Parts: sequence; structure tokens; C-alpha cells
Amino acid sequence: MINIAGHHRILSHDTINKIATLILWASAAVTISFLVYIIGFIIIKGIGVINISFLLESPRMSGAEGGIFNAIVGTLCLVAIAIITAVPIGVGAAIFLIEYATDNPVTRMITFGVECLAGIPSIVIGLFGYAFLVVYLGLGFSILSGGLSLMFMILPWTVRASEEAIKTVPMELKEGSLALGATKWQTIVQIVLPEALPGITTGVILGTGKAIGETAVIMYTAGSSLLLPHSISDPVRALPYHLYILVSEGISEDMAYGSAVVLLVMILIINVMAIGIQKMCNRRRK
Amino acid sequence: MLENETIEIESIDINLWYDDIQALKDISIKLPKNKVTAIIGPSGCGKSTFLRCINRMNDLIKTCRVTGELLCGSTDIYGKDIDVITLRKRIGMVFQKPNPFPMSIYDNIAYGPRIHNNLNKNGLNDLVEESLRSAALWDEVKDKLNKSAFSLSGGQQQRLCIARTLAVKPEVILFDEPCSALDPISTTRIEDLIGKLKKDYTIIIVTHNMQQAARASDYTAFFLLGEMIEFGKTKHIFEKPKQKSTEDYITGRFG
Amino acid sequence: MKNNERIIESLLFLSAITALVIVSMILIFLLKEGGPFLLRTGISDFILGMKWNPDPVAGEPAYGIFPMIVGSVYIATGSLIFAVPLGVSCAVFLVEVAPIWVQSVIRRGIELLVGIPSVVLGFFGLVLLVPLIREYFGGYGFSILAGSIILGIMALPHIISISADAIAAVPNAHKEASYALGATRWHTIWNVTLPSAKSGIIAAVILGMGNSIGETMAVLMVAGNSTVLPEPIIDVLDPVMTMTANIVIGMNYATGEYQEALFATGIILFLMIVILNGISYHMLRSGKIIQ
Repeated sequence: MINIAGHHRILSHDTINKIATLILWASAAVTISFLVYIIGFIIIKGIGVINISFLLESPRMSGAEGGIFNAIVGTLCLVAIAIITAVPIGVGAAIFLIEYATDNPVTRMITFGVECLAGIPSIVIGLFGYAFLVVYLGLGFSILSGGLSLMFMILPWTVRASEEAIKTVPMELKEGSLALGATKWQTIVQIVLPEALPGITTGVILGTGKAIGETAVIMYTAGSSLLLPHSISDPVRALPYHLYILVSEGISEDMAYGSAVVLLVMILIINVMAIGIQKMCNRRRK
Repeated sequence: MLENETIEIESIDINLWYDDIQALKDISIKLPKNKVTAIIGPSGCGKSTFLRCINRMNDLIKTCRVTGELLCGSTDIYGKDIDVITLRKRIGMVFQKPNPFPMSIYDNIAYGPRIHNNLNKNGLNDLVEESLRSAALWDEVKDKLNKSAFSLSGGQQQRLCIARTLAVKPEVILFDEPCSALDPISTTRIEDLIGKLKKDYTIIIVTHNMQQAARASDYTAFFLLGEMIEFGKTKHIFEKPKQKSTEDYITGRFG
Repeated sequence: MKNNERIIESLLFLSAITALVIVSMILIFLLKEGGPFLLRTGISDFILGMKWNPDPVAGEPAYGIFPMIVGSVYIATGSLIFAVPLGVSCAVFLVEVAPIWVQSVIRRGIELLVGIPSVVLGFFGLVLLVPLIREYFGGYGFSILAGSIILGIMALPHIISISADAIAAVPNAHKEASYALGATRWHTIWNVTLPSAKSGIIAAVILGMGNSIGETMAVLMVAGNSTVLPEPIIDVLDPVMTMTANIVIGMNYATGEYQEALFATGIILFLMIVILNGISYHMLRSGKIIQ
């Protein structure tokens, strides 16, 4: 035993500590450089493709020429439906779980359901959307089918983000309101939700980011039409799916780079917005 | 000892449990109208718990169970058809830490009235002013009613919370250690205010500050380990307590 | 007033059970579409069958997804071999070593990495990683290795953030006790912090496994989508098809029994993920890392 301990001393504790710290710094550097490299690579390769006509023209020749306007519209429509439906349900669920639910088997089942849904692979949600919305309910390949399928995917994230935000509202504020004879619901609407709003908004914005980039969910629910939609029962092709088709069918690598840049920029904007809101509410708290 | 008093609140054998832990044991007490009653005792003695029974704030704690009768006037606070909302409107509460809402000073005061009655704008303005005046805060804030309540000092915030409670026009006001987070000067102002308010309201104040109890109250109840040990005129409790443990506590031998 | 509050509470309850209802309906529809097929073919024949030929030019179709299960597990494991050491040390760095400003850079970076669409990562892998592998390691390029690296990058942010939570949950008192005995920072991390955070980190790994198995687009674009087992089995430069890729590719033109087989693949996928996530969730809960 003593020998083994002595063995370790070949490297002093201090040296080991220094090496280990170096490795830890390096691992963080590697992670960040992946990020920078991926984003940088795509943007440098694709930025040349981006111009007004690429953004605002309809695709021609299956997307080999023209722009990606229709796919951008498709993505925005799908995400809009998803957010509009997910937010009320998600925030409502979070209010219920934090403010109303007691710790009993039903509540645990509900929480388990949220966790489960969060884990289900997007392609499985896509299959379900196809079987249930497209075929069973007869909604066809449409903005509605695709948007609702996306909602299934982002709902758990909305619930979680809202739960976190609502949890941070101090008990004293709620008690203050209840002690004045406000009902629970009045307290929630007038005190809890305004306080939780920045957190909920951040969560919703990050959820939007997830929805923008999602492909597998909408492939077999929203369709792949390159025409501009006229109503929510029309099919659309979302931008990430367009990117996939451009690549997998070998239509145009340039157009694919351009689409990837647009997607990345959308995500970057989303992230900056989320950070901005966090900063804003941190300042307000002070 | 209460012969000349009208009784506002009467508790009869109140017992309270959190899960299996009994926090209050057979509390029976009569609290007189338009007087200040202090409840004192070491921390964990159940004084705040008892206070929170009176406006049923303990309902918020899911594991909490109460037996016994608690009368306010002639209504049983824990009666079957009691509306907690109306009850809390009648029995206001001021908390340990000032807890203004993240709104303007004006909106803080107007919060209760807006919920309970449909006053017109002038009526609401009048009520806000009246409440702030009664809470001795009007002169300090009249020019910045639209400023955030957080711009006030701790003592001002607490008086704002008192004004907010007054705006609902309660009959009883419960104070849960209202000065524990405040500086001595703010404390004196709140104590003076409490002295003025008893003209119109029945006041019950929980405090661990014995000087405060002695200064500000007419009656005092001493709680220990979930039981009420002694209750009487403040002067009597502090000058010649009947119970040994009351005397020990007041003379600072424990707690 | 009382009535209104009741109505509101029931509406909130309805929102709360929505997720549970959706999960149940997903299961029901998968079973409805894929269940009869699964029973007809036989579960073990389906799971253990080596041959996938749903649309033969001549003869009987074959529905065996064993190569795809292997492919999914193979790539998911590979991604973890890559992501876990890097992710955990990054998490340690984040919680124990990094100066505040570096912390916020990394946290932002992680958020951004989560946000990169999987199809963009797949595209990146396709245009950069696959040719690199072809050039330097040989083979076809589209491979288990390519899939593992891309999925590893996708798994990184999740591994980092859950491990960081687990490490941050280790009580300061433990660490201080170690420092007070004269231990170095690394000594404390290795002997006190990491062992205490072990269950949280393992949960993160299991969750990462589930995520990687369920990942679709990126892996579809770089893994090569071959429906036979790698030859020899340890050859990470061989292409494989995952269960998820199988569904995406098949759904394009599948009808009838073929489509049922894809839903059946979905059932297997669903069960694998729910089990993995269930284990991980349970570990996180009992470890008090989430409330």
C-alpha cells in the first residue's frame, strides 16, 4: 500500500492538478470550437448564395433555381400554428402543476406524461401525426397537420419552461394577494403570470427555435409542396425539409448551403432574443 | 378581565396539525374588539400559525388540518359554507417581510378594491388617498404614485402594505411580525400607526420583540410549544405574570 | 365566483393532461397501425430477423429489423463514447473551474448548439465529415463513425447541462471538507465531487442514449443506410441504417404491409426510448437533481 502511494508521487499533487485543469480548459475549448467551426463553415460556404432574390423568390426547377421564399413561408406557418396551440396548453398545464396539483398518483402520471412526450423521437411523433391527423382525422398533408404535430413536440418544453418560471414567483407575493381576498385565479392572472412572463417568453422563444429546425415531425404531416399555401389546409414544405431534399436528391448544393445559412441565422436571432429577454428581466429584478 | 370588552374573535379548542405534527394544542382565547392584542412566544411556539388560522392562510399548506371552532363575530371561520374570499376581505393581514406587488404604488393600493368592488375612477382615487393617509404614507408618496413600489424604503414598503390592507376595509388586521425586517425608526412609526389604527380596527400582532408587545398592545397572549400559557392585560402579563414560564420568557431566561 | 374558479381549474386540468393524452394516443395509434403486423410476423422474428427486404422484385418480403437495432445502438453508443468524456469534463469545468465570464460564454454556446437543426448538422457531416473519413480512414465515408461523431456533437449540450446540474447539486460542505484537509482542486473533483454526482451523470448518459437512438435527420444523412450488419461487426467504417432512418426512407413510398412494418419499427423505437428515459428520469428524481 505504502509503495503504491509512493508511486503516485512521481507526479506531485500540484502537477496533477495543473494537468487536470489544463484538460478541463481544453475540453471546454473543444466544445466551443465545434460550435464555432460548424456555424462558421456553413456561413462562409453559404453566405455568397444569400441575396434578396434568394430570400424572396419562389423556388424553380424543384429548388435548383430561384429562391427559398415558399419554404420560409411554410416554416413560419407551421411554427405559428405550433406556438399558438402549445402556449395556452403548456402554460395552463404548468399553472395546474405548480399552483393546483397536490402530490398524488394523478399528478405523477401527468408529470410522467410530459417527460415521456419530451423523450419521444421526432420521427415517431411524425408517424403519429401522419396516422392520426393526416389519415384518421382526414386533415391531409397540411399546415394544420404539420403545425399540430410540431405542437406535440414542443408542448413538453413549453410546460417545463413555464413551470420553472412560475416556480420562481415568490410565495410572499401570492400570499399578499390572497390575504387581500383575491381568489386563486385572480392572484394567478394579476400577480403570478406577470412575474413569470419573462421566463415563459424565453421558454417559448427557445421552443420556437426547436420548431423552426425540426424536420422529421413535419415530413409526413405537412407535405412537401413548393406552392404558396392559401389556407391552413394547404400543404407546405418547411425550410429544413427543403434543405434535406436539396441535399438528398442532389438538386443543388449551393442552394442547400444558402438554406442552411438562413436556418442558422433564424436560430441565432432566436437565441439573441432569448438572451435579451433574460437580461431585461434580470435588470428589472434588481 | 375582558368584562368591558366586546369580543371580536373567539377561538375554542383550536388544534392544528401539519401531517402528524401537532402545532397548536387546544387554543382557546377571546380577542377584544378595537384593541391591540399581542401574541408573544419563542420561535416555533405556534404564534404565527395561530395568526394564519384566523384568515385561513393555512389553507395554502396542503398537509395542514384544523379542528375546533374559531368565531369572528358570530360566524365560524372554519364553518362549512364560509367563503374564504369574503373572510380574507374582512380579516386583513400584514406580513413579516414587506411584500409589495411589482406594480406602481397606486396599483398596489388599488389592487384589492379593483378585485372587490367596481369603484369609478374618482372613487378609487379617493380610496387610495384615504388608505395612504391612514397608513401615514400619503405625504411621502403623493407625488410619485405611479412609481414602482420597489422604489420605497423597507419601512415605507411595509406602510404601503398596511395601506393596501386598509383599502379593502377590513374589520380585523393581523400583523405577522411586521417590524422584524425594519430599522428602529421605521419600527417606531409602524408601532405609532398601529396605535392609531385600533380606533377603527381590531388588531392582532405576532411579535418576538417583547418591548414592542409591551409598548404597542393592550392585551398579550404568551404561547409556548403550541399551547397558550397565559393571556391577560399587557400590563399584568409584563408586571406580574401568573405562570412561571411566562415570567422566565419575559425576563429573558429562554427564547 | 366559486363556480368560475371550478371551471378554470378543470380547464387547467385539461391542459395538464394533454401531454399524457397525446402520449397515450401515440401509443394507441402505433399499436393500431403496427400491432397486428407485429403479431402476424411474430415479435421475435421481427426484432431478430436479419433480412429487411419489404419490397422484393420477386418472392416473399422479409421484415427483420435486427441490423437496424444494431445500427441504432451502435451509433448511439459511439456518440456517447465521444460525448461523455468531453461533456462531463466540460461540465466539471463549467461548475468548478471556469471564471464567470467563461461560464456564460459556455452556457450561451450550449444553448446555441442545442438550437442547431439536426438537418443542418447532418448536412455539415455530409459535406465535411464524410469526405474526411473517406480520405483518411478509407471506406465509403458514410459510416458508423460519421454518425457517431455527428450524434456525439448533438448529445454534447444535453450531457453537459445535466451533468453540470448534478455536479452543482453536490453540497458545498463536502467540497470544503476536502479542501480543508489540504486536497487540491483536482483531488477534490475526482474523489469527492464526481463520485457524489455519479448518479446524475449516469442518468445524463442514459438520457443521451435515448436521444441518440431517437435522432433522425442527421444520422440519416451520414450513416449510409445499409440494411445489413457491418462486416466484420466491429468495423466502424461500415455504413448502417438506424430504425429512425428506416422509417423516414420507407414512409416515402411504403403502402400496405410495408407501412405497417414501419409503424411496428416505431413501436420498438417508442418502447426503447420510454424505457431508457424512464430509468434516467427515475435516477434524476431519486437523486434530487430535479424536483
